[in-house]
Amino acid sequence: MDWYLREVIILNNIGKSYVTGSQKLQVLKGLTCNIKEGEMVAIMGSSGSGKSTLLNILGLLDSFDSGEYILSGESMAGLNERAAAKFRSKLLGFVFQSFNLIGFKTALENVALPLYYQSIPRKKRNIIALDYLKKVGLEDWASHLPNQMSGGQKQRVAIARALVAKPKVILADEPTGALDSVTSSDVMKLLREINADGITMIIVTHEHDIAALCDRTIHLVDGLIDLS
Amino acid sequence: MKKGSKINLFDLDRVLEILQVFLTNPFRTFLSGLGVGWGLFMIVVTVGASNGLENGVASEMGGRVKNSMFLWSRMTSMPYKGFKRGRRFEFNNSDTEFLRENATSIKLVAPRNQLGGHRGSNNVTRGTKSGAFNVYGDVPGYIEIDPVKILSGRYLNQGDIDNERKIAVIGKRVLELLYDNDIEPIGSSIQIQGVIFSVVGVYSTYKTGEDAEEDNQSIFIPYTTFGKSFHTNNEVGWYSLLMDENVHADTSAAEVMSLLKQRKSVHPDDKRAMGSWSMASEFEEVESLFAAFRLISFIFGGLALLAGAIGIMNIMLITVRERTKELGIRRAMGATPLTVMRQIMSETIFLTTLSGLIGVSFGVASLEGVNHLLESMGGSGGSFQNPEISLYTVLIALGVMLVMGVIAGILPAVRAIAIRPVEAIRTE
Repeated sequence: MDWYLREVIILNNIGKSYVTGSQKLQVLKGLTCNIKEGEMVAIMGSSGSGKSTLLNILGLLDSFDSGEYILSGESMAGLNERAAAKFRSKLLGFVFQSFNLIGFKTALENVALPLYYQSIPRKKRNIIALDYLKKVGLEDWASHLPNQMSGGQKQRVAIARALVAKPKVILADEPTGALDSVTSSDVMKLLREINADGITMIIVTHEHDIAALCDRTIHLVDGLIDLS
Repeated sequence: MKKGSKINLFDLDRVLEILQVFLTNPFRTFLSGLGVGWGLFMIVVTVGASNGLENGVASEMGGRVKNSMFLWSRMTSMPYKGFKRGRRFEFNNSDTEFLRENATSIKLVAPRNQLGGHRGSNNVTRGTKSGAFNVYGDVPGYIEIDPVKILSGRYLNQGDIDNERKIAVIGKRVLELLYDNDIEPIGSSIQIQGVIFSVVGVYSTYKTGEDAEEDNQSIFIPYTTFGKSFHTNNEVGWYSLLMDENVHADTSAAEVMSLLKQRKSVHPDDKRAMGSWSMASEFEEVESLFAAFRLISFIFGGLALLAGAIGIMNIMLITVRERTKELGIRRAMGATPLTVMRQIMSETIFLTTLSGLIGVSFGVASLEGVNHLLESMGGSGGSFQNPEISLYTVLIALGVMLVMGVIAGILPAVRAIAIRPVEAIRTE
C-alpha cells in the first residue's frame, strides 16, 4: 500500500471530448500518468494539445468522460458539483495566468476567501491569511486592492491564496505567462520553496526555461503523453 | 460546508460579503432598490391616507355607538283595520313598556322628547342672559347610546326620573353663553320656558365638526320631568334604541317595526308609517367604502412592488452575468453550488428587504409629518384625521415583499449555479 499512497495523483486512461454543434472533438484520448507526492511537474504542449483540459480535470473544474482519476487515494469519477467543491476546498490550490483575484476585495480578503468557504471565523481567517501574505512577502500590502498592485505582487497574492487552505496539490496554469522575466523567476523561486515544504506542484507552461525548473516534464501531444 | 455547521440567518460574515458586493456599484444598487422602496412607500402612504379619512369620518360620528337606532312615527299610508290612510299616531309610555318587555333584540329603550331646536327662539334664560338651545327629555341610559363627556357634576340618574327632579345637564356651549367666566354652574339655576331647573352637570360632546357645535348647545333634563313641565305628558317624541350587537341591525329594526305596527294597528306592509335610522347601516356603507379604498391601495401598491421586484430580478440577472468570473473563482476556491445559490438569494432578499424597509420608513415618516402638520393647524383636520398604518398591515406588506424577494432571487440564483467553474475562469 505504501507505493499507492505516495502517488498523490493517478490518471488511468482518461478520455475527454467536447461536442461543438454536430462535431465531436476528442481532446484527451486515454491519458495515463502518475504524480508522486512532493513532486514538481511541468505539463507542456502546443495549444490544442489538451493541456488546459487536463489541468481542469486535475482541478476538478471539469469532468472527464472515461478512465480513472484517483486523487489522494480517492476516486474522482462521477463527482457532483458539491463533492467536487469539497475536494477542491480540501486538497487543491489554484494559481492562474491572469491571477483571478476578486477586484473589490483586498489582498487579505482574497487570500482568506478559501477559508471563508471552509466556514472558518473571520478573525481566525484573517490571522491565517496574513501569515500567508507574510510568507509571500506582502504583509504590508494586506489592505490594498488588486488594481493597486503589480503583476508580480498579484501573482504572489494568488499563490498565498492557493496555499492558505493547506492543499496537497497546487495547480498552476501558466503562472508566469503575464509576468516579465525577472518577476517570473521570483515567482518560480517562490513556487519551488513551497514545493520544498512537501506540496505537490503541477505547472502548465509553454516556456521551456520554466519547465526546466521543475523535477520533470510531461509533454502532451494531441491528447496523449509524448513518451519519446 | 462542514458537518454540523448550522445555517445562521444573521451571519455577520455573509452580511459583510453582501454589503461589499453592493458597495462595488452603489448607484446601481440604489436604482434597483428604488422600485421596491417606492412600492412600499406607496402602500404605506395610501393605506395611511385612507385610514386618515376613515378616522376623520369616525370622529365626526363622535364615537356614537354603532348598534344604535332611532325610530319615530309618521303618517300611515295604507288603510288597516277600519282606519283610513293618512292617520297620525303617537308613541306613548305604555309603548315604551311594551317594547322593553317584548323586543328581544333591543338592549335599551330610550324614549325622548325635544323642545326648541335649530334656529328656534330663545327658550332658556339665566338672569339677563338668554339663548336658544335644544332641550331634551331623556332617561339615564341615553348616555350609552350617544356618549358625552361629563366635564363637571353628573349626568341624569334613575332618582331624577323616579322623583321627577327639576335638574338639568347643560352643554359646554350653553355654559359659555349663559354664564360669566368665574361663575360655578353646578347648583345654579336656569329657566327653561319659565320653569326653573337646577344645573347638576356640564358635558361636552366627543364629536367634531358641525355636529359638535349643535350637540354642545343642548340641555338634558329627566324624561319624566319633561313630560310634566312641558305638557307632553304621556307622549314619546321618538325612540333611541340600543340593539343587541349579535343581531344584524336590519333584523332588529324589522322586529321592532312589526311589534309596533301590530300594537298601533298599522298595516304590516306599510313602509311609510314609521321612520328609522340606524347607525349600523350607515357604518356598513362607510366601512365598505373604506374597505374598497384599502383594497385599491393594496392592489396598486402591490403592483408597484411587483414591478420593483421584477426590476431587482433583472438587475440581479445582469449582475450574475457580469460576475461570471468572480463566481467561477469562488467556485474554484471551494464554494459549493448551494453556497453560490445562497449568496445570490441572500443578496436579492437583502436588497429587497432593505429597500422595502427604507420605503416603509419614508412612508411612516411622511404620515407622521402630515400628522404633525394637522396638529399644528389646530388639531382638528375635519374629515381627515390622524393618518396612520397599523404594524400588522406593515408586517403583511413586508411579508409579501419578502416572498417577492425570494421569487426574484430564484432565477438569478439558478443562472449563477449553472455557471461551471471552468467556463467562469475562461471568461476574460
